[in-house]
Amino acid sequence: MRKPVLEFRDVSFSYGGKKPILDQLNMTVYDREFVTIIGASGSGKSTLFRLITGLEQEETGAVWLNGEQFKSRHGRTGYMPQQDLLMPWRTVLENASVPLELAGVSKREAAKRIIPLLDEFGLEGSADKYPSELSGGMRQRVSFLRSVLTGSNILLLDEPFSALDAITRLSMQEWLLDQWEQREKTILFITHDVNEALFLSDRIFIFRDTPVRTLEEVAVPLSRPRSQRDLNDPAVIKLKNDLIDQLRNEVKKP
Amino acid sequence: MMKKYGPALLIVLLLFGLWELAARLVNLSFIFPSPSGVAVRFWELRETLFLEHLPSTLSIILIGLAISIVLGVALAVWMAASETAERAFYPIVISSQMIPTIALAPIFILFFGYGIWSKVVVTVLITFFPITVNTFDGLKSSSKELRELMLTMGGTKKDIFFKVQVPSAKPHFYSGLKVAVTLSVIGAAIGEWLGAQAGLGYFSRRMMTQFDGAAVFAPVVLLSIVGIVLFVLVKLLEKRSMKWRKNE
Repeated sequence: MRKPVLEFRDVSFSYGGKKPILDQLNMTVYDREFVTIIGASGSGKSTLFRLITGLEQEETGAVWLNGEQFKSRHGRTGYMPQQDLLMPWRTVLENASVPLELAGVSKREAAKRIIPLLDEFGLEGSADKYPSELSGGMRQRVSFLRSVLTGSNILLLDEPFSALDAITRLSMQEWLLDQWEQREKTILFITHDVNEALFLSDRIFIFRDTPVRTLEEVAVPLSRPRSQRDLNDPAVIKLKNDLIDQLRNEVKKP
Repeated sequence: MMKKYGPALLIVLLLFGLWELAARLVNLSFIFPSPSGVAVRFWELRETLFLEHLPSTLSIILIGLAISIVLGVALAVWMAASETAERAFYPIVISSQMIPTIALAPIFILFFGYGIWSKVVVTVLITFFPITVNTFDGLKSSSKELRELMLTMGGTKKDIFFKVQVPSAKPHFYSGLKVAVTLSVIGAAIGEWLGAQAGLGYFSRRMMTQFDGAAVFAPVVLLSIVGIVLFVLVKLLEKRSMKWRKNE
């Protein structure tokens, strides 16, 4: 069994004691796993990330990262937000170096570490460009590079490809899987695209009604490496239809 | 360049032409001088204007602006950093604009005398507001998501201030400064009207008492040039410090 890198133990959370979002939730994610969280909007997916990153604090229960409980979880995870949130006044290189700067790495040392990575991230020759000069896919890659450079083994990606066109999105998914395998990271990925979830993940967590008490969990019956064509496998198609039905029922409920 | 500013230039030329025509028809040059008359007088007075009165006015403007920038930015930073400071000062800063500062100018002459400082105070009072309010709004305008992202990366309050809030505030600061620069010229001139021993505003008013219409306008022309030059300088500074904006 792989070692758990992220654990929720009986975690309850609500905003200001009013709207309960999580109710005694238990959840474990293992080392180098790719887990997708899927659910209708407003089902508490983003709140889960806010808890993991430490932007919110659990009311009861405990969140464990890499077998430890931290007073503040800030700086312990690599978070990639839904909008790329690049700083328009910083170049690609300067944007990517933010987490290194925060860790006290000198500018020169940061550049030395980042420039070789730019090639691998499909950003060769863009070091001195500003975000406004980049395409949507490139911006997301810079944002992903920035989250990788936090040095954390846990990456939290919040619908990172939702703003991209369908074709760019497919190539970004393949690229992401490549990166994930190479860099030996654990990825938690939020999406509401069932195809994306099936293509990317080892396991899919389904967020249903708030407050979330238990997570419905589905293992994706596909081996790796994968290609988009594997999604045509009858077992996967059946799973996909089941997932869509489940999600749809959630929306229909009054 | 010509394409961009051509229409504006044309209108200005047209207005000057009409003015010239009207002035010649009226033919009362002591109160209604023609543009050509002003230009001639400007040339005749060049030494008095540039060597005697311009330095005096320019120092009021520059000292006033410098004080406004230092105090305004400091207050803006304080208000952005502390909610208590914001609640204490922001309403005062805003409502201070209801007081007609210019009307108070005579009192400052009384307090600070006929030297340079009474004029500096008037200039500071009217330029302080745009700088403070714009800088403060700029510091507050930084995206909440970006600040939170900095937190998740282990950033401190100081990191967020210098790496997110300050760069977000820059464009706002420069818009404030552009307004302040034009106001500073007005502030200095009005201060000088009320009592001074030198300065373009003072000189203009003195010429009024001598019924020398063209000489009233000549320093005003120079004041406008000062305003324009300062504005352009701020604009250049803005461009240089925000290279990333050229792509927007």
